[in-house]
Amino acid sequence: MKYTEEHEWLNPEGDLIVVGITEHAATQLGDIVFVELPEVGTEVSKEDEVVVIESVKAASDILAPLDGEIVEVNEALADNPGAVNDDPMGEGWFFKIKPSDASQMEDYMSEQEYLDLIG
Amino acid sequence: MSDLEELPLAALHRELGAKMVPFAGYEMPVQYTAGVMKEHLHTREAAGLFDVSHMGQVILRGADYATIAAAFETLVPVDAIGLKEGRQRYGFFTNEAGGILDDLMFANRGDHLFVVVNAACKAADIAHMTANLPGIKVEEITGRSLLALQGPAAEAALAKLAPEVADMKFMDVRDVTLAGVTCWVSRSGYTGEDGYEISVPDAQAEELARALLADESVLPIGLGARDSLRLEAGLCLYGHDIDETTSPIEAGLIWAIQKARRAGGAREGGFPGAERILREIAEGPARKRVGLRPEGRAPMREGVALFADADSTETIGTITSGAFGPTLGAPMSMGYVPADMAAPGTALSGELRGKRAPLTVDSLPFVPANFKR
Repeated sequence: MKYTEEHEWLNPEGDLIVVGITEHAATQLGDIVFVELPEVGTEVSKEDEVVVIESVKAASDILAPLDGEIVEVNEALADNPGAVNDDPMGEGWFFKIKPSDASQMEDYMSEQEYLDLIG
Repeated sequence: MSDLEELPLAALHRELGAKMVPFAGYEMPVQYTAGVMKEHLHTREAAGLFDVSHMGQVILRGADYATIAAAFETLVPVDAIGLKEGRQRYGFFTNEAGGILDDLMFANRGDHLFVVVNAACKAADIAHMTANLPGIKVEEITGRSLLALQGPAAEAALAKLAPEVADMKFMDVRDVTLAGVTCWVSRSGYTGEDGYEISVPDAQAEELARALLADESVLPIGLGARDSLRLEAGLCLYGHDIDETTSPIEAGLIWAIQKARRAGGAREGGFPGAERILREIAEGPARKRVGLRPEGRAPMREGVALFADADSTETIGTITSGAFGPTLGAPMSMGYVPADMAAPGTALSGELRGKRAPLTVDSLPFVPANFKR
């Protein structure tokens, strides 16, 4: 598992990477009421705006952490966006990406480095 | 943080787990540990306690109430003279262009008129009244907190401390002894729910707040839920849904202008901007504030541009408030549209993050009010 400074977690699953946001981020955002996910098949570049999260407070963008293709999205969030608050590291995942350059994972933090970042 | 004013109850808010944010020059609780969604729902289902001590409390004094009210009427298009003792009304200061300088609540308190104004406007409001109410003493009340207790369980919770509040009707005002001290209580609020607003001396504010919070039906509620509650109730937020450019008629506040101040009334006109306001009452305004329901779950917030349809390039209006309505279970917005597009059911289009999305004009309030008339 790797972590970004944008408070995403990246969990390898075979040759795919599952992406979501951390509990810290979900808490900071407050109650999430809507998640706009990308379309399956979309080719994204690292740092493209790929997900929009609407909480009771504001809209926030999530950036693609890697170059690659979106191969699956968490359709369950359409009816239950609160899953991101309730289980951000599990049921609240956003999408699975097939990276075109898996070495980009090395740019990101370990869990301990991330925990140090959020203090 | 040194330029922010601290509420008298700031320590209590922190003890209750509040997240404090700057708002209108004050450090205010935006939410507590329950979070905005739960706080909102709790207020609709039971009762919520809000600290709104940032708002301005002003007393106007003069020879008698009729004298004060006659002077006050020169600044507001509202029937103040006809307001009975012990009653409160909604109103607004207008400018010469017929726009709104601030909205407010005022009460006939027998020998004086009591006004509650918005925090961000209070210095300007006090200057406005001081400059334009000759012979009237304008007294800013400092040293008193303002607490709002809102929700269907508000009456039972407050009546435990003072049984007589159960006899008050919506918009009644009364002196009530709470925490051993005289409080100025009105049966009103800003949530669409039954409830009370309580002006309490700072020295007793914490004791009163703790006594109310000791009731298991009462939770502390922050500004976040206050905003979604008022939006579901279709209530305007000054500086967003109404401002110096919007007339009360465009804003759908004609109900607050009693017959006495309209054309043919006993005291027709005689307030700033009367020409535009009376003309718009007669002819109808060019644009109107409406409720809007975006399709799907994505909120359309303040600033979103509105179009007649998905392909139109001409902006026809703008959203002035928008959020997700926890009780409504859907996003909701308010905004201004041309009068011929203001009928409930009218399909419009809004531009959200560069994409067009459909929304429909809906009647206000989004959630029915629950007042004790």
